[in-house]
Amino acid sequence: MQPIIEMKDIQKHFGSVIALAGVTVNFYPGECHCLLGDNGAGKSTFIKTMSGVHSPTSGEILFEGQPMQFGDPRDAIAAGIATVYQDLAMIPLMSVSRNFFMGNEPITSKFGMRFFDHEHANETTMSEMRKMGINLRGPDQAVGTLSGGERQTVAIARAVHFGAKVLILDEPTSALGVRQTANVLATVDKVRSQGVSVVFITHNVRHAMAVGDRFTVLNRGKTYGTANKGEITPEELQDMMAGGEELATLEGSLGGTV
Amino acid sequence: MSQATQPDERVREMSKLRKALIRPELGGIVGTVAVFTFFILFAGNSGMFNAQGVMNWSTVSAQFMIIAVGACLLMIAGEFDLSVGSMIGFAGMMIAVFGVTLEWPMWMAILMTFAICVAFGALNGYIVVRTGLPSFIVTLATLFILRGFTIFIPQTLERKTIIGGIREAAEGDWIAPIFGGTIFQGFFQWLGDMGVIDVFQRGNKQGQPVVDGIPMLLVWAIGLVIVGHIILTRTRFGNWIFAAGGDAQAARYAGVPVNRVKILMFMFTAFCATVFAVCQVMEFGSAGADRGLLKEFEAIIAVVIGGALLTGGYGSVIGAALGALIFGVVQQGLFFAGVESSLFRVFLGVILLLAVILNTYIRRLITGER
Repeated sequence: MQPIIEMKDIQKHFGSVIALAGVTVNFYPGECHCLLGDNGAGKSTFIKTMSGVHSPTSGEILFEGQPMQFGDPRDAIAAGIATVYQDLAMIPLMSVSRNFFMGNEPITSKFGMRFFDHEHANETTMSEMRKMGINLRGPDQAVGTLSGGERQTVAIARAVHFGAKVLILDEPTSALGVRQTANVLATVDKVRSQGVSVVFITHNVRHAMAVGDRFTVLNRGKTYGTANKGEITPEELQDMMAGGEELATLEGSLGGTV
Repeated sequence: MSQATQPDERVREMSKLRKALIRPELGGIVGTVAVFTFFILFAGNSGMFNAQGVMNWSTVSAQFMIIAVGACLLMIAGEFDLSVGSMIGFAGMMIAVFGVTLEWPMWMAILMTFAICVAFGALNGYIVVRTGLPSFIVTLATLFILRGFTIFIPQTLERKTIIGGIREAAEGDWIAPIFGGTIFQGFFQWLGDMGVIDVFQRGNKQGQPVVDGIPMLLVWAIGLVIVGHIILTRTRFGNWIFAAGGDAQAARYAGVPVNRVKILMFMFTAFCATVFAVCQVMEFGSAGADRGLLKEFEAIIAVVIGGALLTGGYGSVIGAALGALIFGVVQQGLFFAGVESSLFRVFLGVILLLAVILNTYIRRLITGER
């Protein structure tokens, strides 16, 4: 199968700081690819390179086999690469349906003028939310009244509805409780089964193991390679993220719950 | 996920009435009802509610409305414009300078003034968007710059700070009546003839009604409120206004052209200020360097009474219009009620405080803020 995105030997320097020192990863349709790494490992820089926020200092990005140059995030969105940021996914003061169609407002014409098609927006929002298992009081309910997990789910549903082929999730579960995390992971599973390539960024190994098909660990701007599900244990992933052994003893005394 | 298809037991069902009531304009509606009740009780017989009285406070309210619509949309887009008052003074002075001092035809003076003022609005917006500075500071600078020019230009050209003769210069012009005239004069004459409204008993206006028509100022106010409301709630651009003020970064990630939206809203605010200024100079027949003082705050107060959130992303044009109505009715009503005029500020402060407390409560109900 052809990868949807190939990141080849990506380097990114910020002045004298080397954020990415040659990272190569392939992403396939219909898989959930977990990108693990501790703080400062280069996860954020890497996904921002994928989503057009940064352009790489060197290296090549192939999208569906073609070399791609993203000038800004809009190019990436247009190509089908959507990013859901942890806290910037939704606008809490606005209604769910206004949020859902933000930047993609449906238009209807009346009296020769172009209006926001609230009817269509409301219907679509309600049905998409039902599919994702979220019950809204109404499409005009403000996003601020939703839980963190529901907000992530709305953002994911939105990205998929508008034709995302690659969905980058930036630490979607890091601020969530147990049940909300389970809901978001279930959403990821649904989206993956629709053939979307999910890039799941996290530093939580247990969340990664729950949905991941393949795992790539970043450490200090480098990758330790990619492992398939079943070929690697959570403990090994944890050690790779920490970049050494010192966490192993600590983990023992914590009963392996980190 | 199986339980998720059932309604969440922690979300209370809301009754239809409660749902219909809980809206951004509720504070403004409650305030309007309260203010009118108060003045009907305390100034009901003072002439406040006869034709002349109604025209008096509705004209004042309409003035507030015109600048409140611009300030409201800009505030929802997440920015402030403190230069509105100076812009009013500046625009009026530009019309006088072009139309009277330079003796241009009035239509040209008005159009040129609109172009200059809207360009200043765009400059405000461009600086805010480009530098990322708070609009509070940028437009505070514009406030001083424009006020300075408003005094300097007539001083230099005419050696005075008030330029008159605008009404004479506007005689027979085709654009000037759009701002300075009245409509439905025949209807008001008929009302006068029927005895519904008073007519002048003597003098050269004998037999004419005391109110000779709906001033264009009022037409502009209502027109701007309707257009502003439709743009905000019924168009794609309106969604972008909410998004730009709600969270500019999140909006950018979703592909909303936030900078363009903000600059356009600064331009619209300048446009509204200029409409105000043109109506004012047409009514007074003169332009003064001190016109429009403190109008920026009056606009912001009306918008906040109307339920908009100072930090952006939330508000209503209808609410802002009601805020302007409350403002105008209180200001003129206290005069009719015979209250010492210095107490107006006390009233205003109390209303502002009550409105903001009520609005904050309503907003929390709607948006789930904590």
